[in-house]
Amino acid sequence: MPATTTAPPRAGLAPLFAGVLRSEARKLATDRSTTWALLAVVAFNVITAALLGALLPGHLSAHQKATIDSVRISLGGLHLSQVAIGLLGVLAVTGEYGSGMIRATLAAVPQRRLLLTAKALVLTATAAVTSIAACLAAYLAFQSFLPAGDAMRTTLAGPGVLRAVTGAALYLTVLALLGFGLGTVLRSGAGAVAVLFGVLFVPTLLAALLPSSWQDTVGRYLPMNAGDTIYTVRPEAHMLAPWTGFGVFCLYAAAALTAGFALIGRRDA
Amino acid sequence: MIEAHGLTKRYGATVAVDDLSFIVPPGQVTGFLGPNGAGKSTTMRLILGLDAPDSGSVTVGGRPYAAWRRPLFQAGALLEAKAFHGGRTARNHLLCLADSNGISRTRVDDVLDLVGLSGAARRRAGGFSLGMSQRLGLAAALLGDPPVLMLDEPVNGLDPEGVVWIRTLLRTLAAEGRTILLSSHLMSEMAMTADRLVIIGRGRLITQAPMADFLAAGSGGPATVRSPQAAELAARLAARGATITRHDGDTLIVTGTTPEEIGELARADGLTLTGLTAGQATLEDRYMELTRDSADYRAAPGEPAATRK
Repeated sequence: MPATTTAPPRAGLAPLFAGVLRSEARKLATDRSTTWALLAVVAFNVITAALLGALLPGHLSAHQKATIDSVRISLGGLHLSQVAIGLLGVLAVTGEYGSGMIRATLAAVPQRRLLLTAKALVLTATAAVTSIAACLAAYLAFQSFLPAGDAMRTTLAGPGVLRAVTGAALYLTVLALLGFGLGTVLRSGAGAVAVLFGVLFVPTLLAALLPSSWQDTVGRYLPMNAGDTIYTVRPEAHMLAPWTGFGVFCLYAAAALTAGFALIGRRDA
Repeated sequence: MIEAHGLTKRYGATVAVDDLSFIVPPGQVTGFLGPNGAGKSTTMRLILGLDAPDSGSVTVGGRPYAAWRRPLFQAGALLEAKAFHGGRTARNHLLCLADSNGISRTRVDDVLDLVGLSGAARRRAGGFSLGMSQRLGLAAALLGDPPVLMLDEPVNGLDPEGVVWIRTLLRTLAAEGRTILLSSHLMSEMAMTADRLVIIGRGRLITQAPMADFLAAGSGGPATVRSPQAAELAARLAARGATITRHDGDTLIVTGTTPEEIGELARADGLTLTGLTAGQATLEDRYMELTRDSADYRAAPGEPAATRK
């Protein structure tokens, strides 16, 4: 082995961060669960949209077709793909804790917040690119099954359509970050997945038991209800405006990430 | 060079490391010994900044480890054999670590070659045996060709050829002027590899000393004496407080005294000695002697002779 005793290269912050980014990108790319989660996101979205596009027109009346939020319907696969992308976010960090790799990682990059930033950026880019592709493909698949002249037909240039389709992808991306934040806080994959889907589904289910006036005032701020607005073209009266709702959803993810960043610097690995 | 000053670490009510100060000098293999639960692994985590001490400090190459940018060039560590994602190939695992410190692909292939894993580089590390995992961990520690190496039980699971290989490697690295901190429970292996010892028990420093001094400082090993008047000599020695552990014809094995005293006694009483050999205390003897009171987890003193009848 070469016996180098030369001084280590002086590393500035920028090249250091570039290396950490490359390392984190490689980790995500060489983890099989990433591939499965991303495939699931695309498959759930496209298959659900294709089935709905093929079956729904025959079951709806002309009136229903004219009033229904067909863009939101075409994104119905989100109910499933959000589980896959949430899992991706959780595993991006808890996978390292589960295997013990985290100690090798932190020994290589002791700047923990820098490390977490790199992880979050790589996850965001991966989730965003996949989600945009998956949501656009779902929309187009649904539309391609509709007969000519069907009232559910829209174009991306239609009012709110492009916002809803890209918004759905943003929703998935932020959901991955919410899972990532929870994973960082809890450091256990099973725990973080349970809390993530607890936070998403349980409040919405419980809210349904409340008096309807409460549902309208409180219910719209719940994570999933707030997040839903961004891919809704025909909002119901009690819903938040699309970007407001999405903003509220982002706050939940921001809270989890903030807690994660605060804790990772303080805790023993 | 690793320097620890007054390191203390508590986990809840347990004091894992208690006001621990020691140095690990360059150019030597320093053996890090202590019973199970003595705080060796905790100390190594504190050195790497994985855990934060409640008080005290430790530096690697003059700075706290976590203050180094690209610390793989400063120190390499093998703390646990399976600290990798089982789904990744050995090479990808190393590439992930190498990327983060700006280490080249060529170096990754070099260390794989060095630890003898070139043939398994593209296999998933999850399927590796303990010995192969140790080799992969060692490859990770060597990535930055660092002046400081810290290895926790590296020979665990290695075959005899691997044990010899790692001993030779560590001796070579130390001869190059590197600082090596090595923990192991295999005393014979440690005796062959280490130049210096840091021994801890219940989180506290018991001793730090060069191996030779450490071995010489003890009560010495059992002396072997030969005399045609063995029975008479044995009685005299016993009267002086020595213990005769074996009496076999002309030969006595004696502890609790020195060869000088035995020789003097024989001369004074006019007894003939036909042989007198000083026993060398082994590392194991000395270690047991020192840590007897600080072992947390120890088998109850059994009496196999009684059960055998």
